[in-house]
Amino acid sequence: MDERTLTLPGRFENLAKISDFITQAARAAGFDADAVFHVQMAVDEACSNVIEHAYGMDRSGDITLICRADDRGDLRIEIVDYGRPFDPNRVPIPRIDPEHFDLDEMKVGGLGIFFMRKLMDEVTFYFDANTGNHLTMIKRRPQ
Amino acid sequence: MYISSRELKRVNVVSVSGRVDSAAAPDLEKSLQSLIESRRNQIVVELADVDYMSSAGLRALVSALKAAKKGGGDLVIARPSSRVREVIDLAGLTSVFTMHDDTLEAVGSF
Repeated sequence: MDERTLTLPGRFENLAKISDFITQAARAAGFDADAVFHVQMAVDEACSNVIEHAYGMDRSGDITLICRADDRGDLRIEIVDYGRPFDPNRVPIPRIDPEHFDLDEMKVGGLGIFFMRKLMDEVTFYFDANTGNHLTMIKRRPQ
Repeated sequence: MYISSRELKRVNVVSVSGRVDSAAAPDLEKSLQSLIESRRNQIVVELADVDYMSSAGLRALVSALKAAKKGGGDLVIARPSSRVREVIDLAGLTSVFTMHDDTLEAVGSF
C-alpha cells in the first residue's frame, strides 16, 4: 500500500500544486491518462469548494490531502480541513436544461459536486469535532 | 492560464491557454466581461491549448455567453481541446455552446 500526504494553505493559488500531487499519486497507482485526469479534476473541484466555504474570505487555514493506493489498486483520497463544514451531500444536484439554461443552477459548488460524483466511484463526508471535515473520494482501479 | 486577445473588425478573438481553475476563472470572466461592456460582444474564444477547465471556468464562459447575447451579440468556441470538449459534455452543455474546429470559420460565422 502506498500512502502520500500533502498539507498546504487552503488558497486558490495552491490548486495547481494539489493537481500535481494528485496526478503523481494516481499515476503511481497505475491509472491511465484519462483516469488520472478524472481524479485530478474531482479533487480540484472538491478542494475549490473547501477553499471557498471552509475558511471564508480569509481563505487561510490548511488543507490536508491523503492519498492511499490499496493492494487492489483502488485509490482513496481524503481531504481534511478545519473550517466551516461543507457537506457535498447537502447540495442539490443541478438540473441542466439546455433549453432554459439558468446560471443559478450552476451555483458555486453544485456543478463541481456533480462532476465529483460522476467521476469518482464513492464520495463521502463526515465532520469530527476533533479532527475537522473529512471528504473521502474513491476511484476503483479501472478494469 | 494565459489570455491573449486580438480585435478584428467585427469580432474579438480571445485565446486562452493553460489551466482554467478557480484561481484563474475570475480573470477569464473579467476579460470577457470587459469586452462585452465596451460593446465588443461578438467573441470567439479559442481553447485549443487549455489543458483543464473546471466548473468555475465553465461558469465564466456561460456568464459571458449570456451577457453577449443580451447585448445582441454571441460568444462561440473555436478549436476546443479534447479535455474542454469532455468537460462541456460532462456538464451537459454541448448544445449551449456553438463550437467550431477552426478559428477562421468561427470568425466568419458572425
